[in-house]
Amino acid sequence: MSTNAQKKGFGAVLWDYLTTVDHKKIAILYLIAGGIFFILGGLEAMIIRIQLAIPDNNFVSAGFYNEVLTMHGTTMIFLAAMPLLFAFMNAVVPLQIGARDVAFPFLNSLGFWLFFFGGVFLNLSWFLGGAPDAGWTSYASLSLASEGHGIDFYSLGLQISGFGTLIAGINFLVTIINMRAPGMTYMRMPLFTWTTFVASALILFAFPALTVGIFFLTFDRLFGSNFFDPTMGGNTVIWEHLFWIFGHPEVYILILPAFGIFSDIISTFSRKRLFGYSSMVFATVLIGFLGFMVWAHHMFTTGLGPIANAIFAVATMAIAVPTGIKIFNWLFTMWGGSIKFTTPMLYAVAFVPSFVMGGVTGVMLAAAPADYQYHDSYFVVAHFHYVIIGGVVLSLLAATHFYWPKMFGTMLNEFLGKITFWLFLIGFHLTFFIQHFLGLMGMPRRIFTFLPNQGLEIGNLVSSIGAFFMAVATIILLINIVITSVKNVKVGNDPWGDGRTLEWAIASPPPYYNFKQLPLVRGLDPYWIEKMEGKKEMTPAEPLGDIHMPNGSFIPFMISLGLFIAAFGAMYRLDYGWGLPVLIIGLVITFGSMFVRSIKDDHGYHIHKEELMDDDDNKGVKA
Amino acid sequence: MKRLGKWGLLPLFAAIALLSGCGEPFLSTLQPAGEVAQRQFDLMVLSTSIMVGVIVVVAIIFIIVMIRFRRKSENEIPKQVEGSHTLEIIWTVIPILLLLVLAVPTVSATFQLADVSPAEEKNDEGKTDALVVNVRANLYWWEFEYPNEEILTSQDLVVPTDEKVYFNLIASDVKHSFWIPAIGGKLDTNTDNVNKFWLEFDGEKADEVGNIFYGKCAELCGPSHALMDFKVKALPRAEFDQWVASMQAVKEPVQAETAEAQAGQEIFNNSCIGCHAVTPANTTPEQARMGPNLTDFGNRTLVAGILEHNEGNIKTWLKDPESIKPGNKMTGKYNLSDEEIDAVTEYLMGLKVQE
Amino acid sequence: MHAEEKMTHETWPASPEKATLEAKNKFLGFWFFLGGETVLFASLFATYLALKDKVPTADHVLAKDLFEMPLVFLMTMILLTSSLTSVYAMYHMKNFNFKKMQLWLGITVLLGLSFLGLEIYEFNHYVHEFHHTFSSSAFGSAFYTLVGFHGAHVAFGLCWIVSLMIRNAKRGLSLYNAPKFYTASLYWHYIDVVWVFIFTVVYLMGMVG
Repeated sequence: MSTNAQKKGFGAVLWDYLTTVDHKKIAILYLIAGGIFFILGGLEAMIIRIQLAIPDNNFVSAGFYNEVLTMHGTTMIFLAAMPLLFAFMNAVVPLQIGARDVAFPFLNSLGFWLFFFGGVFLNLSWFLGGAPDAGWTSYASLSLASEGHGIDFYSLGLQISGFGTLIAGINFLVTIINMRAPGMTYMRMPLFTWTTFVASALILFAFPALTVGIFFLTFDRLFGSNFFDPTMGGNTVIWEHLFWIFGHPEVYILILPAFGIFSDIISTFSRKRLFGYSSMVFATVLIGFLGFMVWAHHMFTTGLGPIANAIFAVATMAIAVPTGIKIFNWLFTMWGGSIKFTTPMLYAVAFVPSFVMGGVTGVMLAAAPADYQYHDSYFVVAHFHYVIIGGVVLSLLAATHFYWPKMFGTMLNEFLGKITFWLFLIGFHLTFFIQHFLGLMGMPRRIFTFLPNQGLEIGNLVSSIGAFFMAVATIILLINIVITSVKNVKVGNDPWGDGRTLEWAIASPPPYYNFKQLPLVRGLDPYWIEKMEGKKEMTPAEPLGDIHMPNGSFIPFMISLGLFIAAFGAMYRLDYGWGLPVLIIGLVITFGSMFVRSIKDDHGYHIHKEELMDDDDNKGVKA
Repeated sequence: MKRLGKWGLLPLFAAIALLSGCGEPFLSTLQPAGEVAQRQFDLMVLSTSIMVGVIVVVAIIFIIVMIRFRRKSENEIPKQVEGSHTLEIIWTVIPILLLLVLAVPTVSATFQLADVSPAEEKNDEGKTDALVVNVRANLYWWEFEYPNEEILTSQDLVVPTDEKVYFNLIASDVKHSFWIPAIGGKLDTNTDNVNKFWLEFDGEKADEVGNIFYGKCAELCGPSHALMDFKVKALPRAEFDQWVASMQAVKEPVQAETAEAQAGQEIFNNSCIGCHAVTPANTTPEQARMGPNLTDFGNRTLVAGILEHNEGNIKTWLKDPESIKPGNKMTGKYNLSDEEIDAVTEYLMGLKVQE
Repeated sequence: MHAEEKMTHETWPASPEKATLEAKNKFLGFWFFLGGETVLFASLFATYLALKDKVPTADHVLAKDLFEMPLVFLMTMILLTSSLTSVYAMYHMKNFNFKKMQLWLGITVLLGLSFLGLEIYEFNHYVHEFHHTFSSSAFGSAFYTLVGFHGAHVAFGLCWIVSLMIRNAKRGLSLYNAPKFYTASLYWHYIDVVWVFIFTVVYLMGMVG
């Protein structure tokens, strides 16, 4: 149990990952699952762009197109972007604050399996009668009118994975508050930790609104309630409110950790501490706070009236201020620095102007009367892809290259990495820049085809060509991963040479108990401080002692599996006799597993001091 | 290596944008043809100019940083700067001022564009002095009711130019959104409540596009969302009044003239009239108006909102509506032979309130 | 302090629910969870207010005709008392008096059960006397969802407390199970507070009209 060095059979490895509660292994699970969903979402995007390459195209049918566009959005937001961010949060945040693990290792595993089963459930819709087709926003009147079980897959799948996200959010909040190493004060935390903290708080307060909205949708479709049926007194605008009360903070849940990743990368490869650290922290918190005040700007055309529209317009504009602060702080971190253009740094550098583009169109969209024109047109499509690809996806690609050695102990190929970067960046701008103009020229969003002679041909063709660049870039990244994994050249603690934060003071990959002795943190960028004083490693804050470790557990898998089964029962309850029993069986599995977890004592185990001293020194585990 | 890739590509983007121009004048928000679109366009220009200013500042700093601060030797350790209060105050205060410049016209336009009071003031007859159109959106067609004039029509919205037209919007099945890009921004047609706004159609611009603007549904509403287009006939007030008068003159279904058309009318009365009315009176209840009103069908600009208006296309549509608009509500509601379809087509083409 | 240590009255710390790192984490994490629950109930309340008395036709019953003060008042009193008894239980937990803690928790459970019983009677009454059901109107959906979510929380809380009581009946208090008892009681207080809001927003405001 204590050494993971021996070779294990495939079955043993599989069982290890099914039961693991180690944040580093859960990070790898998130990375793999999120990566697979990212590729699925990417394939769906390619179908969209092929269909729209020329007018009156028949590549896919209208109904299928709506399923593809819905699954593209839903998959990318819930099953790719967020889990991939969780992958890096799990891999890095506990190390950055010098923690043994997260606060709730068991819940960490539960969060992953809930997400995973929710995502699998949602995607099974492709094989079981058709995917959801009401858009990722699933507005109530259309989602109630939608036939088949597509929308039920959406609501039940997102409900399950949403619980997982909520659990992950609480876990990171407690981890960051309670588990920091000695000397790691709040104002010494790396920006990625800070943004994870704020994003987790947003998850905590935003996801329950979605939970409630999805409950209503499920009840309306499967259990006979009338929340969204106007003929029975219901009101569809309630869904819009609940969805966007969740949906807008969700944007910041995605982008804030991206900001954190880039802050760390920019500071690392400029060899400079972050310019205006405290204003960066302040801006992060302010963005998180304002993120809850602006949801109705997604509903300017819903007819809420001029007072609501005016208030939400001005509130939305206000967010530009803290975001602007961040942009300039990044620029001035690089100013006077010593910039090394590694692959992660290329992404970070490209992110700044790309995100500025997405940011300025955001302010333009905030001007409510002008938004009446932009709303639900391709201008909006361009805007949020600039924010989400130009911000979140670039950060995920950057983090993949940046943290790969920390997670797997080997460096991705820099040459292939740079090729991926250039293809992806060019493809991204080629695809989405032109879409601003398509929208302004009168092209609505979510249309499965467009007619000739409306001035929309060239723009759409250019956009589709760009998409292929991004696809090729992704393929090269996959090749890079395969080559790197096969070669498996091991690297040391600080493979980039410029590491500033605690995660670079520990072996790559770190031993399963992380720091042998908790490190003493003496300031912002603690590892940099030690390096500048000529030291190779952190000063320990405690004598070598026994380390308390949690036991692995299969229960998270079972709890999630139970909900997965119950969801099928709930969905087919009205169609087949076996629906209700299956619903009950699933819930019994879930609550039974929770009960077992509750009554079975789990004190974990201790790694003894002697064992730690025996561990190889070349692993660099001495903190 | 090309480290300034993004900025190097900018001229290319600009060229592409120029190449594609500003879109077609009957569809593009960039060629406003009415007061509302103009105000919105002005706001776009204002916000874009401010934002281009921001982009220029960022770009300049960015380029300097990229050129001046590359790592020259592996041993250099730059000075660790904590920050600068002066700079931070500058880039907090200036954006706030810029946003104020944008916020004031935004708020003022928000209120002006929502002012529908003239459509609420009823005169002695219980009618309004302003022209009001009740828009009802359906899977995948539009109905336009003129409550003062007591007529209704479908698919082709007819409006007078150079005056404010007030719209009451609602949807009868799922949510849609009413958008005439060249004339003004969109407003959703909810299923729960009536939304109100006004638009104005510029006479000169209307002339330039042959009096026809394109309208679109801007909210995903099902498979044929992309095809839920409508047309706007913007006519000078006199011509509009004439159209209204000729519509009002149709009290009974017009008798077909040719023999084939008469046969078609008979088939129509047996198979189609349950959903499609051929008189423009707005007295039938909404639930009974299940398909577009066809009183002025012969003068339509398009078949089913998307096909060129000719007999061939009408026949294609009648034979298999599903192949043209997937998910529409007409498929399978009737069973007509090819000959019957020819006759009905003949009849429909003759339905004109004006020549 | 380790969770497994055998404790005596003398070694029992002042705040046993926060004595170990695991306990501290559980304590803080549970508070955050309650924060999330607050948003959940806030959304349900907002929906209820938006859909209150929204019925398809005039023959459906409205809030002012539906609720009866005596029953709801009794339910409120029972649940508030159960909150008080769970405070007693925690008081004895902090004093390392396991038996008395179990006793007071038992009383809490009984009160919770009678609340739940009355709620079932209440729902049954509305369904059969007034034909006010989950499916009869948007008002009905919103009412049963809000009050029913609370009822489900009560039921879950009861299962939780009972299983804790049974599981630890033979082995007494330790630093391992003290935080478990504490969070269960915290949860119980929380659903009590939610009921106070339901009582005010749904029943009192409902009767005013």
